[in-house]
Amino acid sequence: MNNMYTFDTSTLWAALPEIFLLSAIVVVLLLDLFLTKPFKQATYYLTQISLFITGVMAFNLIDQPQTIIFSGSFILDNMASVFKVFMIGSTMVAMVYTRHYLIQHALFRGEYFVLVLLSVLGMMVMVSGYSLLTLYLGLEILSLSLYTLIAIARERAGAVEAALKYFVLGAIASGLLLYGMSMIYGISGSINITDIANFAANADLASRETLILNFGLVFLVIGIAFKLGAVPFHMWVPDVYQGAPTSVTLFLSTVPKVAAVAMLVRILVDGLGAMHAYWADLFMVLAVLSIALGSVVALMQTNIKRLLAYSTISHVGFIMLGFVTGVISGYGAAVFYVFVYILMSLAAFGIVILLNKKGFEADQISDFKGLSKHSPWFALMMLVVMLSMAGVPPFIGFYAKFFILQQVISAGFVTLAVVAVVFAVISAYYYLQIIKSMYFEESDKDITIVAPMDMQLVLSINAVLILVVGIFPDFWIKLSLSLF
Amino acid sequence: MEQIYLTIALAPLVGAIFAGFFGSLLGRMATTVITIAGVLISTVLSFYVFNHHVLEGGEVFNQNLYTWMQIGELNVSVGFLIDNLTAIMLVVVSFVSLMVHIYTIGYMHDDAGYTKFFSYISLFTFSMFMLVMSNNFMQLFFGWEAVGLVSYLLIGFWHHKESAVEANLKAFLVNRVGDFGFLLGIALVLMYFGSLDYVEVFASLGNVTGVTMLDGTSVITVICILLFIGAMGKSAQVPLHVWLPGSMEGPTPISALIHAATMVTAGIFMVSRMSPMFELSETALIVVMVVGAITALFMGLLGIVQNDIKKVVAYSTLSQLGYMTVALGVSAYSVAIFHLMTHAFFKALLFLAAGSVIVALHHKQDIREMGGLRKKMPITYWTSLVGTLALIGFPGFAGFYSKDMIIEAVHFSQLPFSDWVYVAVVIGVFITAFYSLRMFFLVFHGESRMDEHTASHVKESSISITLPLVALAIPSALIGYLTIDPMLFNGWLDNAITVAANHTSMASLEANFHGANGMIPHALQTLPFWMMVGGIASAWVLTLYRSQWADWIQKKFHRSNYVLESLYGFDRFNDIVFVGGIKKLGNFLWKVSDSGLIDKILVNGSARFVGFIASMVRPIQTGYVYHYAFFMIVSLLIILTWVLFAGDNPLLEL
Repeated sequence: MNNMYTFDTSTLWAALPEIFLLSAIVVVLLLDLFLTKPFKQATYYLTQISLFITGVMAFNLIDQPQTIIFSGSFILDNMASVFKVFMIGSTMVAMVYTRHYLIQHALFRGEYFVLVLLSVLGMMVMVSGYSLLTLYLGLEILSLSLYTLIAIARERAGAVEAALKYFVLGAIASGLLLYGMSMIYGISGSINITDIANFAANADLASRETLILNFGLVFLVIGIAFKLGAVPFHMWVPDVYQGAPTSVTLFLSTVPKVAAVAMLVRILVDGLGAMHAYWADLFMVLAVLSIALGSVVALMQTNIKRLLAYSTISHVGFIMLGFVTGVISGYGAAVFYVFVYILMSLAAFGIVILLNKKGFEADQISDFKGLSKHSPWFALMMLVVMLSMAGVPPFIGFYAKFFILQQVISAGFVTLAVVAVVFAVISAYYYLQIIKSMYFEESDKDITIVAPMDMQLVLSINAVLILVVGIFPDFWIKLSLSLF
Repeated sequence: MEQIYLTIALAPLVGAIFAGFFGSLLGRMATTVITIAGVLISTVLSFYVFNHHVLEGGEVFNQNLYTWMQIGELNVSVGFLIDNLTAIMLVVVSFVSLMVHIYTIGYMHDDAGYTKFFSYISLFTFSMFMLVMSNNFMQLFFGWEAVGLVSYLLIGFWHHKESAVEANLKAFLVNRVGDFGFLLGIALVLMYFGSLDYVEVFASLGNVTGVTMLDGTSVITVICILLFIGAMGKSAQVPLHVWLPGSMEGPTPISALIHAATMVTAGIFMVSRMSPMFELSETALIVVMVVGAITALFMGLLGIVQNDIKKVVAYSTLSQLGYMTVALGVSAYSVAIFHLMTHAFFKALLFLAAGSVIVALHHKQDIREMGGLRKKMPITYWTSLVGTLALIGFPGFAGFYSKDMIIEAVHFSQLPFSDWVYVAVVIGVFITAFYSLRMFFLVFHGESRMDEHTASHVKESSISITLPLVALAIPSALIGYLTIDPMLFNGWLDNAITVAANHTSMASLEANFHGANGMIPHALQTLPFWMMVGGIASAWVLTLYRSQWADWIQKKFHRSNYVLESLYGFDRFNDIVFVGGIKKLGNFLWKVSDSGLIDKILVNGSARFVGFIASMVRPIQTGYVYHYAFFMIVSLLIILTWVLFAGDNPLLEL
């Protein structure tokens, strides 16, 4: 391989969204320093504008032919562009919800937005990374920003504890991931995904000489599983979700999952696709454990953020099931599930944030009691989200589960599908429990919604989309399938 | 053209949405204008489509517009199949719907649910369009259920009336039975043909023809009979007819639109659409024909003893639907559609006229308390006369051509039992004439039997009510004469309907047909004509000339009278056997299986079990970061060990 690092400026356009976002981050950071208190809102708007422009740039790169630049370490393809657009869109929605939370809890600081932008940059790098090192770089930009974001509520003990836990465990996971990468590099002699793919395709996987490849694979899978929050590397998820400020939990539980799935696809599908049989075995175990634990333990929760954490774990299990199938339609189903999960998760946390008031953190399930009387519209929206998460037709969550199960069955894993369905049924219990307390219980405290109109509007659209896309899922399914 | 088809379907939907969601904001005036404009657009475009396809012989349009989902090989789409059959249905549906929309302005004038009503009837129009324009079974089913839903909502429109709520529940439940058969039929189609697209299914009929299921029954026969059960529910054929008389609880405009002219004919339309399939099954055709004949004869008989003005028309609708079904059974699909069309016009007219009378009498519906309205309501009188003459098949009027053709088609049919069916439909003519004229005479002629107060207020209805009456009277009189030749014998329906070579009814009809003009003198020498004259005469004798004779007959034949007045006991049978039986079964299941087995053991038991597991697993989540790290590393070790020893590439072979 040519070790000379050729820097060809004519190919820079492929990384234009990233370059623009980085420049925007610098501008936002500097500008925020000079803004006096009455004008702090400007940071928020500037953040949204930067995201929007970045999104438009990424959107314009859709349908470009596949381009690999920076000596094979950065790729532009449809998956990268679509994921970027989706991540940026989700972040913008998340920011709308976030602003309300930050204002209510006096956390409105410029750094918050800069950190969010930085983590978006990290995720974009992960999505487009095509060498192990770029991927790792993106992952670390993301992780470091997230640790800091959680700790931004530094006067709250819970937040600091969550940040510290996440940091320590994340460091271990990063270590394992790097260790795995080094093994892959050691045997294949390259960190480029293309080269690794060639090596794996030609290697005799049954021989003892390539055993190190297998070892490296295990470490990589664990690193990815940690980021996704799959059992048994899920321990951080409930604690961090609960401890972090809700707006950070909202962000943390949604957009980074897309990046993690992208990294999964780059390393395991693009790079080590030849070893599918090996990692699919691991995935199967992790997926079943995640679905089972996520569904069962959530039953005992009283904190809604913790409950949603376990629900995330079980959704992650479903996403991983899609990758077990080893066929393109299975991967497509998994990506579809990711889109759906994010749509639902944004709305769920959005409604939790909606109920926040000055100094009041609405994070207990009991805070939803009697919501249907005080705000029938948002109770209805929450109903939609919960039913969708439980997988009730015609909501979008049904189709997501349906396509995963369909792929799993056609790949021959009927038992796996049955297990998944059984636990999905169990998980319906706690979703219904929330609906029950919204509709059939009297509220013991005063619920008033003080959120601004823009948030209410975006949240409503968000939740209504869950129904609308559920009725017309075709576009999203085709889109997901077209990415592979 | 695609845009035009889409506009036809969507214009009423837009109207329905505006009226439904913003009706109270927009007010009555704006709602009326928007919904009527929507239907008017559809009507104009439907005539354009009719002209394009039927008169100018345009190409059949068959295209999927939107893929709803793709599951493996199965493509579920929204698509349109526009051929001449669809074009004719579009014209009929949109025209009647437009008339009913206009009529509603006057009829519902004082009702609090004015805008809601407009929203419903526009929604109905949209659903009906989707049903007739569909190019696949799935969308057909969607339209089928959607019209059923709107029908349900409208029967119970006056939901403060107990009887209305009961009636709409009944309609809903009875239709469930039909729809269950229909859905099974569609499922079998999917199973054996692998597709839901009409054209694809019809193209592969040959592959399924010989296939049998259930110990040798032909699959096609089973599919056809199941689909026909669906049609029996929607088109109210015996024994699934019980909901239609009850549906008269709804406001009269929808009785005209939904329960006479359009929705109830959906079954007839569907069977015609499926003609390539039904033609392959002699058994199914015989079932269709016999069920139709039973309905035509026995439901007509019930019309004689009814005293509610709307109920009489309702039973006559049942009987006429029976005639159409008979036509389907003898493979005279185009005649069935022809009768469907003429019936839509004259039956809508009769219902709207009945509504006009009801409004004038302040919602009194008992014909024994009417009489002598001829002078006071001239427009209603004359248009009713046209409708009645069309219904009984008086030579020259629309119903004459279509009904005569049905009777002739049965006459020429080679199917077993067709002789009996012929007898039934000919007697049916007498009965139709009798009850129609009985009602007509009782309402419009003779002495007034109204109380003083009502009589003093009777006056002709407003323009929005009389205009549709006149507009419907014209086709009721003329449409048969004008269209019989092209529709039945000159290929209007050739691109939509298939008739097998061995079913010769249509061919014999054509051989004996001598033009629309020739039919009238010919009819004077036939049995059906004299049956009709007999019916008119007996009605006159028993209502106007010697009305006491009617009472005498009623006393003398009190047993048969009792049978008729109890509607052959269908309702009581259903009540005792189905409702009672299901209640008992439900009680049993509730006590034993639901609260005993499921609640106590399965639900609570499994909930406790899952809760137990959860409480076992939860302590792992200690909250200590070193526990977590330890857990991760242990998991790593376990996984590595597993990969080493149990994976596909074991390091140490034990």
